[in-house]
Amino acid sequence: MTMIKINNIYKHFNGKHVLDGVSLEVAKGETVAIIGPSGCGKSTLLRLIIGFNMPNGGQIYIDGHEITSPDEEKRVAIRRRIGMVFQSSALFSSLSVFENVAFGLREQALLTEREISEKVHEKLSWVGLSSSAKLMPEELSGGMQKRVSLARALANQPEILLYDEPTTGLDPIMSTSIENLIKELDHKLGITAIVVTHQMHTVYQVADRILMLHQGKIIEAGNPTETQESQNPIIREFVTGGGKEIKE
Amino acid sequence: MLFETVGTLAIQSLHDMGGVLLLARDTILSIFRGRFHWKEVFSQMVRIGVESLPASMVAAAFIGMVFSVQIASEFVRFGAGQMVGAVMAIAVSRELAPVLTAVIISGRVGAAIAAEIGTMSVTEQIDAMYAMGSNPVKHLVVPRFFALTTMLPILTLFADFIGFIGGYLVAVYLVGINPIGYVDTAASYVDFSDITGGLIKAIFLGMIIALVGCYRGLRAHGGARGVGEATTHAVVQSLILIFVTNYFLSIILFKR
Repeated sequence: MTMIKINNIYKHFNGKHVLDGVSLEVAKGETVAIIGPSGCGKSTLLRLIIGFNMPNGGQIYIDGHEITSPDEEKRVAIRRRIGMVFQSSALFSSLSVFENVAFGLREQALLTEREISEKVHEKLSWVGLSSSAKLMPEELSGGMQKRVSLARALANQPEILLYDEPTTGLDPIMSTSIENLIKELDHKLGITAIVVTHQMHTVYQVADRILMLHQGKIIEAGNPTETQESQNPIIREFVTGGGKEIKE
Repeated sequence: MLFETVGTLAIQSLHDMGGVLLLARDTILSIFRGRFHWKEVFSQMVRIGVESLPASMVAAAFIGMVFSVQIASEFVRFGAGQMVGAVMAIAVSRELAPVLTAVIISGRVGAAIAAEIGTMSVTEQIDAMYAMGSNPVKHLVVPRFFALTTMLPILTLFADFIGFIGGYLVAVYLVGINPIGYVDTAASYVDFSDITGGLIKAIFLGMIIALVGCYRGLRAHGGARGVGEATTHAVVQSLILIFVTNYFLSIILFKR
């Protein structure tokens, strides 16, 4: 079953074509990684999927509902089914960890404060931060902020999670820890996920399928093993970091 | 080249004006739909109003004093020393208190609003709000709009009093004007409408400071530099709009 359908999307900024007819389908429960160099339009694609920006052409459907519709209320309703982990974590600096995770739940006004508290503590325990609920974002390390951001994105029980560079700027140990967390939670909760990154280690760890964004178009790279063995020179160059592959 | 520059500036200004008006519409709709948090409104009222009181009162006192220095000796020279109180009271209540309090608050609060919301924009916190199905107008703009439109008139009322007292001290103790004459002429020449007119101005000027600060903050992009530009634009545009709006409000409210 297709959860995300991207149909021939075009996006340009000041005459520069960032996305040039991108089409893509993501099945329910699948984790797709989109790789590509900085500035190639990966984050732009995520922003279009969540409905922050409108494309210059094409449509995006979330579970059959068009998020590229001009109807703002419709977009907001679809957006509630999506969670997003931002590159900068984007925690509300004036709110504690608890309040950050509770924000979306309070916004929906469907639960009592007690139920919200239970949910927040559950999500914080999933990311291993049960004891940090009272801390403020500035008291957390980069890795901890990413974890809180993940807990916040999970709080509203999204069907889709979008990760924008989830491990960029983290040390290798923390990166691995976040990758394990993404993998564990996506599989445990059956979430459909799109991970945008240029960190190949993260891609191999979390993705079921890998796509590369190159000159505004998508190149299918396959699963992690197929990607590593790909003979496509564009993928090969990116995967090997532009240098020659080191053979044992 | 000159025409191009002027034309670009004019188009940009109209674009910004349109953006501020759209934000005003969304803010007022949010207020009427009850989509805001009272707790945040009160918190902003304390930050914006109570914490701005010392700076705006010091400014009001010295504005009253310097205005009195300028007019009192001249009035005495023309034998109209007893009119100083009346002129002071009218000038302070109609113009000096609302406009100069708005200028102080624009520099202190308008800049802070643009910087705070601008920082949230460049660190993706505003996007995070949208991602959770929320709306920054409800969480960020409405509380600041409410706080400024209610607290600026209150600060202006204080400034009316302090400015008048400042003028009194200079007129009486420095220039030697009769203290009873100063107060009597003020009481007989100043209408209630002079004071309420000044307060009505303050309401509109408060709206301008809040909306321009929030609009600039929400549009900030490009890291620390973007936040700096948003802050500068917020203050400059607020000040221009304060002076222009004040002129038209003066014609509407006080022209007889």
